[in-house]
Amino acid sequence: MIIQTKSDIAPSEITPKEVFDNRRKFLQQAGFGVLAGATGLLTSQVNAATSKLSPSPKTNGSLLKLPEFSKSKYGAGEKLTSYEDVTTYNNYYEFGTSKDEPAIHSKLFKPTPWTVSIEGQVKKNKTISIEDILKLAPLEERIYRMRCVEGWSMVIPWVGFPLAQLIKWAEPNANAKYVEFISLADSQQMPGTNLPILDWPYIEGLRMDEAMNPLTIMAVGLYGEALPNQNGAPMRLVVPWKYGFKGAKAIVKIRFTEKMPVTTWMKAGPAEYGFYANVNPQVDHPRWTQSSEKRIGAGLFAGRIKTQMFNGYTEQVGQMYAGMDLRKNF
Amino acid sequence: MLAWIYEKTFNTTSMWRQLSKVPGKKQIAAFKAILFLLCLIPLLRLVWLAINDDLSANPIEFIERSTGFWSLFILLATLSLSPIRLLTGRAWQLQFRRMLGLFMFFYACLHIASYVWLDYSFNWTDIVKDIIKHPYVLVGASAFILTFPLAITSSNFMIKLLRERWKQLHKMVYLIAILGVVHFLWLVKKDIREPLFYMAVLALLLGVRLYYKIQNSRSKR
Repeated sequence: MIIQTKSDIAPSEITPKEVFDNRRKFLQQAGFGVLAGATGLLTSQVNAATSKLSPSPKTNGSLLKLPEFSKSKYGAGEKLTSYEDVTTYNNYYEFGTSKDEPAIHSKLFKPTPWTVSIEGQVKKNKTISIEDILKLAPLEERIYRMRCVEGWSMVIPWVGFPLAQLIKWAEPNANAKYVEFISLADSQQMPGTNLPILDWPYIEGLRMDEAMNPLTIMAVGLYGEALPNQNGAPMRLVVPWKYGFKGAKAIVKIRFTEKMPVTTWMKAGPAEYGFYANVNPQVDHPRWTQSSEKRIGAGLFAGRIKTQMFNGYTEQVGQMYAGMDLRKNF
Repeated sequence: MLAWIYEKTFNTTSMWRQLSKVPGKKQIAAFKAILFLLCLIPLLRLVWLAINDDLSANPIEFIERSTGFWSLFILLATLSLSPIRLLTGRAWQLQFRRMLGLFMFFYACLHIASYVWLDYSFNWTDIVKDIIKHPYVLVGASAFILTFPLAITSSNFMIKLLRERWKQLHKMVYLIAILGVVHFLWLVKKDIREPLFYMAVLALLLGVRLYYKIQNSRSKR
């Protein structure tokens, strides 16, 4: 005879894995802090340990495990925007048009399994899994300023690799003058794509030399963790001298073309958004001033800071636009 | 005091039956007190969120949006009182027009203050540039300037002083409302559902007035 006994733990009482992990991490770090504090030698470490706690609570659990990465020289001395702000203030219309919606509506998004297809002007069409992409090149941390066309900016510690490495693997042919990035538009997982607010899927593009520039990266993480869903998991483009909307998220297709791609925002507002979209304080947007910006996290009374040409990356990218009329090619 | 308000407002068998009657002076006073407190909620909410550091990642924009929204919302509420009279024949709610109008002005002032102070730190050169260059800012600024003469002439004394001209002057509220809605529509990047909704509400409120006006002029002929 089998005597069935009811479990005395209600399912609702079982701690979800993330919470459990967080608590473990907290206990470990707190333990370390207490130890350090008790020895009276490393009180600053206590602060370091607690400040490290900020990443995690709101992360939308990415299934991707990030390999080891190295630090880089970029962005040393910049004050980072908090993890909380980077992951709760997003423009990601696939998950809703208000800034807080992506973090809420991307909770169930599945960034793995994931494959990216390579097509267009290439030696041959192929696909690659996100796991294999992570093996293409060593990952590094890049701290970049991000300037949104709406007049605000952040400083974000991305983890990624130069796009040039992926392009090398993709083997574009001599006709490839531009690269087009196509994002996922899955109406099941991305509620925003059910509304005709933009022409889905989201399309962005770069000129070949822009794509090959060492500053241009494919980001797969931030703050040392796999990229949260609301920031474009599993892989997104980061082009720090251009307005934020150039950074296509959740990329599923990379197409090499001979002609300049027509991007989503160019279609949505040809007078407002150009192909290049370089950060340029001299060229105003019809809606927003571009000569200054608000730094996210600076506080209520911090005021604005001056926007820099090419978002402060002129030294690295200025020569690509020599002789171009940047008023026309905005 | 709350008990008193409750007593005076809900002491009959049916709240709705009460509402359909013409309320007495004391009840009007109670309604006014409630309405006054209600109109303070958006401000108290902002203060509460500010104390708790919960004004989103972009607190300045949050305050600008919130005060702008409530200014427009209260303006539309003000403009709905006359259509209610036209549709139901009830007129006592018109006594709330001044208070609502002044609250609209109050939130508009907070809106402009957050723009001039928090957003632009009193940098007047940049503010003037922003107003001239960007149509939605120009429209909003115009609407705000037009609210001043209405707020200044809102006292009983001014009503008596200006008489017919007061009525003429206060028709400007329609223009202000149109400018306000256009300001909202033009500032939105792509998802214009919300401003379109308020535009439809305004069209409805003005439409009811227009309909009755046409009806009236016909019956007079």
